[in-house]
This record gives sequence, structure tokens and C-alpha cells, in this order.
Amino acid sequence: MAYPYRDEREVRILSAHFGDPEARTLAGWRQRGGYEALGQALALSPEQVTEIVKNSALRGRGGAGFPTGLKWSFLRNDGRPHYVLVNSDESEPGAFKDRELCRWTPHQLLEGALINAYAIRAQHVYIYMRGEFFEPAQIVARAIDEAYAAGIAGPDVLGSGVTIDVTLHLGAGAYICGEETALMNSLEGRRGQPRVKPPFPAVFGAFGQPTNINNVETLCTVPHIIRNGADWWRSIGTDKSTGTKLFNMSGHLVRRGNFEFPLGFNMKELIYDVCGGIRDGRSLKAVIPGGSSVPMLAAHELDIPCAYERVATAGSKLGTASMIVMDDRTDIVKQVRRMVEFYAHESCGQCTPCREGTAWLARIMRRIEAGQGTEADLALLVDLGKNMTGTTICVLSDSAAAPVLSSLAKFKDEYLALIGRAAPVAAAV
Amino acid sequence: MANESNETVNVTINGVAAAVPRGARIIEAAEQLGIGIAHYCYHPGLSAPAMCRMCLVEVEGAPKLAPACVTPVAEGQVINTESERARAARTGTLEFYLLNHPLDCPICDKSGECKLQDFTHAEGRPHGRSVEPKRVLGLDDFGGDILYQGNRCIMCTRCVRFMREIAGADLLGVVQRGHRSAIDTFFETGLEGSLWAGNIVDICPVGALLSKDFLHKARVWDLDNTPSVCPNCAQGCNVRLDTRDNLVVRIRPRLNPAVNSYWMCDYGRHQYEWLNQPDRVQTPMQRGAEGELVPVGWQEVLPALLARLQQRHGPLVVLGSPMLGNEDNGLLARLAGRLGGGTLRYRSAQAEAEVPCPGFPALARRRELTANGRGLELLGFQRTGTMAGEGGLTDLAGATVIVLGDALEDQPADFAAGVELLVVLGQRPTAAARSAHYLLPVCTCAEQEGTFPNVHGLVQRFWPALQPPPLARPAWQVLSVLLAGLDDGAPVNSAGGAFLRLGELYPEYAGLSYEQLGSRGALINEPVVRPAGKGA
Repeated sequence: MAYPYRDEREVRILSAHFGDPEARTLAGWRQRGGYEALGQALALSPEQVTEIVKNSALRGRGGAGFPTGLKWSFLRNDGRPHYVLVNSDESEPGAFKDRELCRWTPHQLLEGALINAYAIRAQHVYIYMRGEFFEPAQIVARAIDEAYAAGIAGPDVLGSGVTIDVTLHLGAGAYICGEETALMNSLEGRRGQPRVKPPFPAVFGAFGQPTNINNVETLCTVPHIIRNGADWWRSIGTDKSTGTKLFNMSGHLVRRGNFEFPLGFNMKELIYDVCGGIRDGRSLKAVIPGGSSVPMLAAHELDIPCAYERVATAGSKLGTASMIVMDDRTDIVKQVRRMVEFYAHESCGQCTPCREGTAWLARIMRRIEAGQGTEADLALLVDLGKNMTGTTICVLSDSAAAPVLSSLAKFKDEYLALIGRAAPVAAAV
Repeated sequence: MANESNETVNVTINGVAAAVPRGARIIEAAEQLGIGIAHYCYHPGLSAPAMCRMCLVEVEGAPKLAPACVTPVAEGQVINTESERARAARTGTLEFYLLNHPLDCPICDKSGECKLQDFTHAEGRPHGRSVEPKRVLGLDDFGGDILYQGNRCIMCTRCVRFMREIAGADLLGVVQRGHRSAIDTFFETGLEGSLWAGNIVDICPVGALLSKDFLHKARVWDLDNTPSVCPNCAQGCNVRLDTRDNLVVRIRPRLNPAVNSYWMCDYGRHQYEWLNQPDRVQTPMQRGAEGELVPVGWQEVLPALLARLQQRHGPLVVLGSPMLGNEDNGLLARLAGRLGGGTLRYRSAQAEAEVPCPGFPALARRRELTANGRGLELLGFQRTGTMAGEGGLTDLAGATVIVLGDALEDQPADFAAGVELLVVLGQRPTAAARSAHYLLPVCTCAEQEGTFPNVHGLVQRFWPALQPPPLARPAWQVLSVLLAGLDDGAPVNSAGGAFLRLGELYPEYAGLSYEQLGSRGALINEPVVRPAGKGA
């Protein structure tokens, strides 16, 4: 299947071979310049590789935007076993970039992971893939087999004498296992629950050893940076958000899908030009710019560059750049209720504010949607949202509260319209 | 605490500046300063998952509130547990706790010692804001002595961690996730057969884990708690005897880091009914003219007994009690010596093997299933009879026999036949005991003060938890009067005095006193090797 939409303004680096089945094979990937970067990296010292990534100012693509090179440099040459984990547990509602990267360019991912492993002196790469990714898992598994057969992975990577093993591990269906420490617990066979930090993964990660965990998209950029240099990568994007990024566009758009643009591309242009605006001649009501965990933006707030720092200034987060665009018919209350129910279902249940709070929010939202809400409920939602923010081990609780708080701030009239709509219940005598 | 050295760091907690051990966690450091920090999942004897989110405190300079149970203290740290933010976080979290909690305190065994009650009373909202229906889970039988009332559970996972880390058997786990989470056992295995599972009822901060044995037995505020030492094996776990209406209804462990930490075994925990025996020797008795037992006053019986003892002809055999303290047995041995010496014996139940606690190896259910076997050996008593604590009393013809505490349950009604003189200082009027020439009512270890040395030679005090029958006396008191009649000093008037008398004859106890023992005990001096079975 060819990839559906393209736009001539795109800068296709990671997604250059989307829709090209030949790029999935080792031979095809090599024809397209594959594994050259790995060879170049192996000729350098691990520290030099890390330095290049550091200089590129690449920021992690998993949502937090943490500087990748800095993260790599946390691991010391201490003689302990190190691990590279590839976070391919893409579960954020709205995100579908890692899936496509795994589907179309498994060797791109593998190459990035191997460079990562070399740079931090890890001898083992675990690719933790979302259990529902049946097709990507098959494709990546095949690529791993090819890489082993060709001596790219295994005991003697490209004849360098370096050993790097690669294992594909499938998750069992939990959103929270995309959180890095929950992923480690899950990988080790424990309950998928986030760990208390500190200690951070660079000190105490998978199997208690120093670990470096990176998102699929992050690792897919690494070979390009090694091949073309840090300066080249920095020449794309903005000062603080370098390079290109996959934008996962979904919702009521004319054209939906993955589009690769330099960071800093205007959000309004992205929605109205690249994606063709809103379907059926409707108008836009709201956008969730970075996956369901981030606050939503209203129609008048969209004229901003899609860069980490600029979206933050606008009161939201770029996150995974997974934009959910909603038209004027969207029932915001229903939409928020749906998302809160998702978080209530996915809460691991460790921390009390999240375990109890997410389910409580969902119940209140259901009641409001059914027309049984009161104005006091709206104040209660805000208060609960605050009690759930910053009080837990991981940020799932904050994420559940974010759509509630932002929708109440920006679309309160939709809530108020639902209040008192049901037949009044006879007052208790 | 985390570090062994004496290094300290300077911190300020709620305006109080102090030097606290480096590596200590904030919650421990605060505890040292007398500042309690609310918590559920943290337990000093277990790992800390920092998931209950109750102990969040404000650390100056940190953007988020920090969990005090895992955050180590650092030099110059300024900590505030009572700041606006910290208080608001606790109040907010407490509201979440009560969201699905049934608030069935009136029928909950934990009521009165429940941390959810305590902290909610202290800092919770006066009224809940939820109008939603509560989540309902059933009552689950976990096997053994344990019931699980899931509705009350606050998911602190102390029980899960206890079973994994201390009991060494991963028999509990969290099932499901989010607000559907619950604690459960695996398959049909349950907790049946676990020697340590009873501790999870103690450490459960709410009434989610219940003891079938204690179920609806008492409201805890009606209980009297007496510090004691578990009499059911030689480990000497520090315990509290919880009593109501002069009956022991529950035994719970009391912290002693050197002996049992926060834990005790279920064997010891559940063996308390013998302390509640209603059938007791009520009054001193001696043989009347017709050979029948006649009640008689203490003032009359002791001189008469003394006279009989001085007129005896045959050898003297003395049976000590491993369920009574050093004071009683020590004076018994002294009496034997004063009467010209005799054979010192005791009988005790023993188990096949020791059962150590995997997560705290210093603690074990010992082979010796009585508290004072070690003490008796030190005093020169020699163990006799079977593993069940029976038999071993066949060679008493013509002897004068003084029995202390041993109920002689296995012995026949004509036990005294062929014996020159049988004196029983006992608690229960069994048939064999009733064959005695003198039957004197004495207290059990739960009714008097005393000391037990444990398997490691740590002498520990216990205190009276129950009222004895009106005319029963501590054995040391009875024996000291007899000794005074034999010109062996004045009668002692306290258990502490009786303990000091041990030191006169036994160097192991020399220089030790009740004041020194305190509530944590003290080690005896190096034991002296002396021929077994002979009186001092």
C-alpha cells in the first residue's frame, strides 16, 4: 500500500521510504544507504558518537522532549552491563508514528538502536513493542533475523568485534507500559507499574543495571545525524527544537496521516494547508496538539510554530506531535469523558490520587453528560484535577486531569449547557 | 537506618534544626525529631514503594512535593510537613481514600487502631463530596487465619510486600489495575500453612485484612495492652497481650530489633487459650485427717509444709516450669539446695525443627516450644520426658517431689502413690495435681512479673496482664517465704528482688537488675559450665 498523502513542503528524512515495501528488506535498505551510519559510528569511539548526538540538540520524540545526547551521556563506562531499550509501546491516543516507522523502516530503527547501544557500551537491545502491533512486530522480527544473518547484529557487529544482541519483546496491552520504568518492570516480568525516581534508569534501569531508553522515532533519526552531521540536523528546525518531526494528523481533517516537517512549522498552516482543513466545510473547534495527555487548544490559539518551546508558551505541549483536530460538531464533554474513561481504565492503580481520581472523574463526567450534573460538579472537577496533578509517581494522573482542566477553562459553556438538562430529581423532603 | 557510620547531615524540619544520620529518609529523620508524617504504604520493616502519596512533604527548592518515605535527607535541606501545599495534598489524597471506602467503622475490627480513621479525623474533609455509588468487592477467605474485606482495602500493598520480603513466600499479589485493583491469592493456594501470615493483619493500616480468630471479638478500645514476652517458644518474641474482661484475646508483636523486629509467628500468636484456663486451683490445700484435700490458709499451710519438708527421708526431686520465669525457678532451685540438694528436672514440648523467618533470619520458631527452657538449663535443671513434654517421671518412689507449674496432665490420678511427699505449686487442679499432699495455687506467667532468657541468652522482662485467682500467689513469693523459714534471708517482696537473688548464686545473672533489663532486655553474662541436674 502506497502511503496516502504527501505534501511538497514536507522534509522527508525519516519517512522518505514510507510506502516503499523494498525499504523493509535488508537489501533494499542497504541500497538506500542503510547501515552506512552504523559503520561510521563503529569507527568512532562511543564518546564521540554520543558527542555528535549531543551536538545535534536532538530532543526525545517520546513526548517529553528531553535532550537525547545528554541522556546518553549519563551512562558511565563503569564495567556494569548496560541495556538499550527501544520504547515502541506507542499507545497514546492520537499517536501513530512509531507504528509506521516500524512498519516501513524496521532497519532504520535497528540501525539507530545499534548505534545507541554502541554509544553507551550496551551489549543488549530490547525492543519493547506494544502487544497490539501485530504487523509491525512481524516486520521488525524479520528485520532482526536479517540483521543477525548478515552479521549486523550479534557477536561481531559489522566485523568490529562489538557484540550487540537484539531482542523483540511484545507487551501485553497496557498504556502505562509506555512509561519508561513501567516498561522496565513489564520487561522483567513484573507488574507494569512505574517505579519511583530516583534512582533513574541511567543508574538503576532494566534488570537493575544502567539503562538507556529511547523512543522509536528518536532512534530512527540517529543514523541520519551520524551520516550527515550534527550541524546538518541543527540547520533544520528551530534553535531549541532541531530537525524534523513526524506529525500524526487525525480527526476531522480532509487529509489525515503522517507528515514530516521541520520543527517550528506553523500549526495553522499544517492543519489548513497541508491537511486541507476541516472536512465537510465545517469549522474547527479545538485541537489536542500532542496526544491525548496534553491540554487542548481552541481555534484562535493555533497560529503558533510547532516547536516544543512555542507550544508550551501557548499553554499546551507538543508531546508526540499527534494532533487530534475536532470540528464544530464535536461534543467536547463527550470527548473529554471518553478520554478520562481511557485513563481510568489504564491507571495502574499504584498511587491513590490516580487510582481513585481517574475513576471518580469518569463518573462525574458521565453524570454531567447524562444531564445530571450540577455547577458544583464543575468546581469539584477542577479541584480534583488539581489534587491529581503533581501528586503521583508518574504523570498518568496529570494526563487524565489535563483534558478536564483545559476543556473546563476553554469550553465551559458546553458543560453549562448540559447542566440541569435532565428532568429535575424531586428534592428529598 | 540506612547508614552504619555516625555521619550526620543538618536539616530543618518544620523549623526545628537538627543533625540526622546521613542516608536517613525524611520520614525517619522526622520521627527522630518527634514529628510524625502520615503514611500508609511505608512500613519501617518493609521496602517503600512511595505509592500511597500520603507522606508528601515540601522540600524547599524542589518543584514537586517529595515522598518522605523514600527521599533521603541532604545537607541543608529545609523540610516542611505542615505547609499549605503539603496539607492540601494530604487532605486531597484522604478524600480519594474515602471515595470507595465503605465507612463501616461500627462493624470493623480495626476501628480504633485504624490509620485511615486517625488521619481522616486529623486532616480529612469534614464531608465527602462524592455522590457516586461505591465500588463493591466481596469478602475473600485468604486461607489460614486471614479474611480479606476488599471494600476497605486502600491498596497500600504492605501485605504483598510482607509476604514477599519477610515471609519469603510470594503468596499475595495485586490483581487487576486502576480502581479495580484488589489483593488476591494465587489459585487455591492461599495463606494456609504460612507460619508468618498473621503479621499482615497487624500491618494492614485499615480493616481490610482480618483475623478469623479475633473477628468481632472485641472493640480494640476495650482492650488492655500489656507488654510481654511470647511464652510459646525459646525465641522470646516481644509481644503485647491484649486482654479484655481478664481474658487474653489477642497476642501481637512488639518491636524489638534484636529479637523479632516487628514480627512474630502464627504459632506463638495463636497459642494463648492456655492462659485463659477457667479451671484453676483456687486456694491452698493440704491433706486432712481422712486423706482428703482440705482448703487451708496460706499462713497455716506454709509452716506446715516447711515442717514436713524438714522431716523428709527420701531423696528430693524438683520439677521446674519452663512456662514460668527465672525468679520462680531460681528460688525453686535455691530451695532444693537449702533442703540438702536434689535432682532438678523439667519437661517441655519441642518441635521437630526450627522454622526461621526468611526475611528476618534472627527470628525463628525455635525447637523448644517453651519460653524458659534455656533459663532452666542455666539454673541446672535437666530436661526429661518426650518431645510432647510428657513422661519421664517413673522413678519417684520414696522421693519427695516438688512440682512447679507443670500440670501433670499425662500423669494418673494416683501420681502421689509411692511418693513420700508431693508438693504441687500449680495452676490447674488436674487429677495428678489433686493427688498432692500440698497443692498451692500460683500465678501463670501472664499474671505476674518475671523474666525469660531467650535462646540467645537475652533476658527479657514480662509484665502482668491478667488478674490471678484471688488466693493465687507468684511462685517466687511462696518460695521465698519457705526459704526465709529455712533461714535463707528475709522473704523478697518483689519479682525484681527475686531476680537479684539469682545473681547471688548464678554468675550469669550477677550484676543484672530489672532496671537494666528495661523493655528491651539484656544479655546474661558468659554461662558457667556446671554439672547438670544438681541443685546449687
